[in-house]
Amino acid sequence: MIETARMLTIVFWLLSALMLSSAVCVVAFRNPVNSAMSLVLSFLALAALYVTLDAYFIGIIQVLVYAGAVMVLFLFIIMLLDLKAEARRRLNLATLAGGLVVLGGFVLLVARVVKSLPAAGQNFPPLARDGHSDVADVGLALFSGYNLPFQVIGVLLLVATVGVVVLSRRQLR
Amino acid sequence: MLTLGNYLLVSGLLFAIGLAGVMLRRNLLVIFMGLELMLNAANLSLVAFARHGVTTLGLPDYNAQVLVFFIITVAAAEVAVGLAIIVALYRLRQTTHVEDLNGMKF
Repeated sequence: MIETARMLTIVFWLLSALMLSSAVCVVAFRNPVNSAMSLVLSFLALAALYVTLDAYFIGIIQVLVYAGAVMVLFLFIIMLLDLKAEARRRLNLATLAGGLVVLGGFVLLVARVVKSLPAAGQNFPPLARDGHSDVADVGLALFSGYNLPFQVIGVLLLVATVGVVVLSRRQLR
Repeated sequence: MLTLGNYLLVSGLLFAIGLAGVMLRRNLLVIFMGLELMLNAANLSLVAFARHGVTTLGLPDYNAQVLVFFIITVAAAEVAVGLAIIVALYRLRQTTHVEDLNGMKF
């Protein structure tokens, strides 16, 4: 049992390192196609992290929707617009320092909040996993407790589709 | 051992990286990718809290996972609309560089 917990910890840190480093690559790469490919890797590692949290349904949805549909859309638009690699530009040192100060402050703030949270230091409570399917339970919660929001979100998707068609017409009036 | 704090810290770092992408990059598409990273950071912390708040039946808090499901759906719609706006903008101006888009600058 201890062995499983240790292995899970190692897997967690490996996946986190993969996700964060490919996220850094998204920001650092000059060519948008490389950024998009790093983003796919980051999303896949994130899906695996969801699985380490016993959220199998969310992990699968993450792969299907984000790593699949959204990234295909991104790559499609990048190739359609025929974007070139961004020209090397001089970094404005004051702006960069300001940005880094803001980001460092944010990370420090998160670390302090996490440290002060009493729940943050506890291990995750064990799950009762006998005869429960994750997808079935999420589906039950979705269709019993959140039926109206589920249908509203269907309307939202329809409206978004119509909006995209209108936006993509050649003559916008 | 893994704790809730580990996941929250990783989620905060991912959010910071996404924010850096939005602030530092000048390409609209890459800025959009930074936005997606920030959305996913929020989702990761929600799923971690769902795993932490185990109900009396010994199951994860599925309300949080349903919320994540809704966030992913809305984010997909948002990506579609945002990319359509970028395409329309590119047609009008032939650029996706934010420094060339200064029509609303005062």
